[in-house]
Amino acid sequence: MSRKTRPVIPGFGLTMGFTVTYATLVVLLPLAALVAKALTPSWATLWATISDPRAVASYRLTLWTSLLAAGINGIFGLITAWVLVRYPFPGRKLVDALVDLPFALPTAVAGITLTTLYAPNGWLGRWLDAVGIKVAYAPLGIVVALTFIGLPYVVRTVQPVLENLGSELEEAAASLGADRLQTFLRVLLPTLLPALLTGFAMSFARAVGEYGSVVFISGNLPMRTEITPLLIITKLEQYDYAGAAALGSVMLLFSFVLLLGINGLQHWNQTRQGA
Amino acid sequence: MAAGAPAIDLKHGPSATKARIATEGPLARLILIGAMLGFLGLFLILPLVAVFTEALARGFGVYWAAITEPDARAAIRLTLLAAGIAVPLNVVFGLAASWAIAKFSFRGKQLLITMIDLPFAVSPIVAGLIYVLLYGAQGWFTPALKAADLQIIFAVPGIVLATLFVTFPFVARELIPLMEQQGRDREEAALSLGASGWQTFRRITLPSVRWGLLYGIILCNARAMGEFGAVSVVSGHIRGHTNTIPLHVEILYNEYQFAAAFAVASLLTFLALVTLVAQILVGQHGNREAPVIP
Repeated sequence: MSRKTRPVIPGFGLTMGFTVTYATLVVLLPLAALVAKALTPSWATLWATISDPRAVASYRLTLWTSLLAAGINGIFGLITAWVLVRYPFPGRKLVDALVDLPFALPTAVAGITLTTLYAPNGWLGRWLDAVGIKVAYAPLGIVVALTFIGLPYVVRTVQPVLENLGSELEEAAASLGADRLQTFLRVLLPTLLPALLTGFAMSFARAVGEYGSVVFISGNLPMRTEITPLLIITKLEQYDYAGAAALGSVMLLFSFVLLLGINGLQHWNQTRQGA
Repeated sequence: MAAGAPAIDLKHGPSATKARIATEGPLARLILIGAMLGFLGLFLILPLVAVFTEALARGFGVYWAAITEPDARAAIRLTLLAAGIAVPLNVVFGLAASWAIAKFSFRGKQLLITMIDLPFAVSPIVAGLIYVLLYGAQGWFTPALKAADLQIIFAVPGIVLATLFVTFPFVARELIPLMEQQGRDREEAALSLGASGWQTFRRITLPSVRWGLLYGIILCNARAMGEFGAVSVVSGHIRGHTNTIPLHVEILYNEYQFAAAFAVASLLTFLALVTLVAQILVGQHGNREAPVIP
């Protein structure tokens, strides 16, 4: 693999130089500006901004709605991947293609459509309203929007693993006397777990930063249905740039930790599959 | 795919029994298929149907008027402009980055890949915010921009920059695993036969990654045209000037012009469906390693 001679392929300096320069201008410099701006005021001011009750309420809301949405996607994503891989049924190709819709559909379109469906006079909202369940303009609406935008992740991470999984393991388990549920819980689930967790984490990470689909359906009441990205917008509109930067830095830090976690999970998934 | 392959099983007799044990019963199958169709019907099909129903709720006349009025046309033009600048720039970046990363070994490669991934992990609101902090009212570069009489935030350049950021990783992330998988033997062969570096790239590398490249471009373009959060922060929402299609949808919706909002939204939905079809067509070619997950 590693040869001591000079590489024959040219263009390393040119492409590497361009890559690093462009990435610095588009990604690194702006992100550095964010952190620098957040650190401009004193530590006490920074702490006051990020520990303000309204901000804390927004973190709590963002986290629990994202976790719940990722959990829903974990369960139904696993079922969807299972059915798509294992059961032949008419229209399977079409359903498979449709799973990617949330990646392709602009979030604003998802936002206004889900709001219209779940509003008290909407197609679904009027039935839910009749039994006293409020979805639009309530935390539940945020969960619906976040479930939509995170839907493809678990399907797309679990699907390839299931496809590569032969039936030998299950047949061995069955021949040793395990029933179907035991086989699933003891043999299949542990095999699928790294992929399932990767998809869950991706869905969660996407949900935490989401804005477009949530802003329409949430109702945006401070302390009740205000997510952190919306609070950042509010601060910007009040020209509180340092405050916006402080909250933005909190989100950036959280995203970065999640990104590292996801990379770790993916590595685990690949080694597990390679074994 | 060894499913259904008969095997000799001395303990449990005929293999047909075993095949039955190693799969679910008909009732379980039905429940699982039902759960999937219910979930996807509720979250994917119903919203799709709703977009087009709401768009045509007030008749085709209202629909046509909503997508052809001057503000809508200006929004479409601006969206095409932003995507027309952001996508080619990120294609050039994606080709350069994947060439450097896949064809050479160097220290810090993993760090560079993580950095390329960052825009996928960052909230769109943070993506918009960072450009406001650089070029906005109290920004680092504002004095220089003032001197040059250039406005970036609440103007078209800001929209292009925000779009550039959110679509930054698509092409690179698609091409890096593909080029790594293909190695560099063919490039080395071409070079040893006397081809120049540029000729090798154009005649050997580019054709072998063309489907992956196209796939990346499709995803990049869909995101560029549909981006809402990041663009919303930097745009200032000036009708007819700094409104992209998604922002125009928001304005119409907030003004309770629901039919018009959904009419314009249906254009974006149509774009999403075209994107899905293109993904299928292109995905059939070439051996893509793993899907790019934004």
